[in-house]
Amino acid sequence: MGSTSSTLLKIPNVEVLMQETGFSPAHIIRLHDRFKALDKKGRGHLCPQDFGAIKELAMNPIGDRIIGAFFSPGKETVDFHTFVKILAHFRPVDKNRPKEPNSPEPINSRSNKLRFAFQLYDQDKDGKISRDELLKVLRAMLGMQVTEEQLESIADRTIQEADLDRDDAISFEEFRKVSPEILHSRCFIKAPVIMLMERDC
Amino acid sequence: MESYLFPFDSLICMLLGISFTVLFTLLLVFIIVPAIFGVSFGIRRLYMKSLIKLFEWATLRMERGAKEKNQHLYKPYSNGIIAKEPVSLEQEIQDMRRGGAEPEFDMSDIFYFCRRGVESIVDDEVTKRFTAEELESWNLLTRSNYNFHHISTRLTALWGVGVLIRYGFLLPLRVTLAFTGVGLLVVLTSIVGLFPNGRMKNYLSDKVHLMCYRICVRALTAIITYHDSENKPKNGGICVANHTSPIDVIILASDGCYAMVGQVHGGLMGVIQRAMVKACPHIWFERSEVKDRHLVAKRLSDHIADKSKLPILIFPEGTCINNTSVMMFKKGSFEIGCRVYPVAIKYDPRFGDAFWNSSKFGMVNYLLRMMSSWAIVCSVWYLPPMSRMEGEDAVQFANRVKAAIARKGGLADLLWDGGLKRGKVKEVFKEEQQKLYSKVLVGSSEDCSRS
Repeated sequence: MGSTSSTLLKIPNVEVLMQETGFSPAHIIRLHDRFKALDKKGRGHLCPQDFGAIKELAMNPIGDRIIGAFFSPGKETVDFHTFVKILAHFRPVDKNRPKEPNSPEPINSRSNKLRFAFQLYDQDKDGKISRDELLKVLRAMLGMQVTEEQLESIADRTIQEADLDRDDAISFEEFRKVSPEILHSRCFIKAPVIMLMERDC
Repeated sequence: MESYLFPFDSLICMLLGISFTVLFTLLLVFIIVPAIFGVSFGIRRLYMKSLIKLFEWATLRMERGAKEKNQHLYKPYSNGIIAKEPVSLEQEIQDMRRGGAEPEFDMSDIFYFCRRGVESIVDDEVTKRFTAEELESWNLLTRSNYNFHHISTRLTALWGVGVLIRYGFLLPLRVTLAFTGVGLLVVLTSIVGLFPNGRMKNYLSDKVHLMCYRICVRALTAIITYHDSENKPKNGGICVANHTSPIDVIILASDGCYAMVGQVHGGLMGVIQRAMVKACPHIWFERSEVKDRHLVAKRLSDHIADKSKLPILIFPEGTCINNTSVMMFKKGSFEIGCRVYPVAIKYDPRFGDAFWNSSKFGMVNYLLRMMSSWAIVCSVWYLPPMSRMEGEDAVQFANRVKAAIARKGGLADLLWDGGLKRGKVKEVFKEEQQKLYSKVLVGSSEDCSRS
């Protein structure tokens, strides 16, 4: 009853946001509501504690890393635009996207999805996943359920398989080769906002 | 010109006055008399059927409107998607990998956790349980109109008429009935309290309670379907039900007689409580006594041991959930060691959301919202009694009962503690995820080490 357009107007630069991310107005509103719900103190931005308050995220083994992905290095807060842009990674791939040579790659492209996952491993952002970084992720995902030796052998085996240039680390290109093709079609979230996108494309 | 109006003026007033009185009396008679005798004319069910047709029509029109504007009608997802069994971790990871390859660690396994994490950021299962359930269609109530902006003039007019009917006619009627019901409850139970203890008193008390609750049910225009009444709770047991709103009590108590448990309140609630306890023994605790678990348990056991006393009605969840799931049951009521009669209550959200978000609305506000909805439609299932088995502790028993209730009511059975609305998550849950994932891998590394 007119409430939608007024909500959209309250969000600054919403046209640019929709264009960059590909979300529809209804989705932006949905995400805005969610953003406001998470921003319990009403400050207009989110801090790591706001994410930490999400119970399911707190119980996710790599929850901290996912939270970290929202905050650029050095920044303690994330505003609505950044929030939406990062979530845009998880939109299903636009299968019928026309290939414009000069337009930047959309955020939800296969390549960018992989890059997002790569950055979850590569915490020091040096462009490579070192053995140490791999071990840290393995420890997070497996916890006390396996011994340290088992963890190390898994890490060694993985690097052996993936590391083609023998520098004892996995670069983005090597990561890309190792990730299955089917993965790209699976890297979208089943949450309702995003699920609807499947019908569009 | 004005002189013409005066005689008509008083005539009109008189006519209006008379018609109102007649109307109200008729309605009160049609409603209160059946309530006393426990019969129903079926008016409410007819009302419900016509409302459903109306809502379907309204939704179709909105879809048409949306298509004309070439936009997608945004349908907030129905409860069905989350309530279904989530695909297990093992299955998901196997799906993700190169179609059924060896269960070794794959770098892409992180996608599973990543996706789940981001899903929870976008839409939190737990927070979702605590906000009102979202609908597939619009039920002509503004408060459920979250995202529907494709509304034509015809629909707006219909909505306007709806507002008039609900606030101008239904609400005053319901408020009158509510006051009547509560007033009668207080007065009649006090009168029954004057009788000497005995079968006569119990009989009268039952009748009085039932009658007043039935009036309250009509005050909310609650259309309730009771299933499996042969399993209705009997004396010497505890009746356990999932909790969505304070109305749950009225819904259950209008079909059977229960002993209520609760804290002593002041004000109107206190008056009602004191009156009720005169007619038959309910269990009211002082604020200080509530903290003492042993005292609580003792009073409950004493009540149950006396077979002449009514079954106790308890809501173990401890807080209101939005009727799409059953949260963790507190084990207190299950430690007592008597028969438990589980009851599942499921509200149909199409007519009016019965969920009480206590952090958002106060009680009076909530009741007004309830009374200005179209109706409250719900189903009640009486499940066969359960007892604690050998070697089962209170928590396991509680979970078993909870699962039975969730299954029957079509509600999702969540591990979460209802107290999570305001609490912290236990490390245990993270460990469970790690355990599940390690099971996918550990099997393989054992094979590898053997070969």
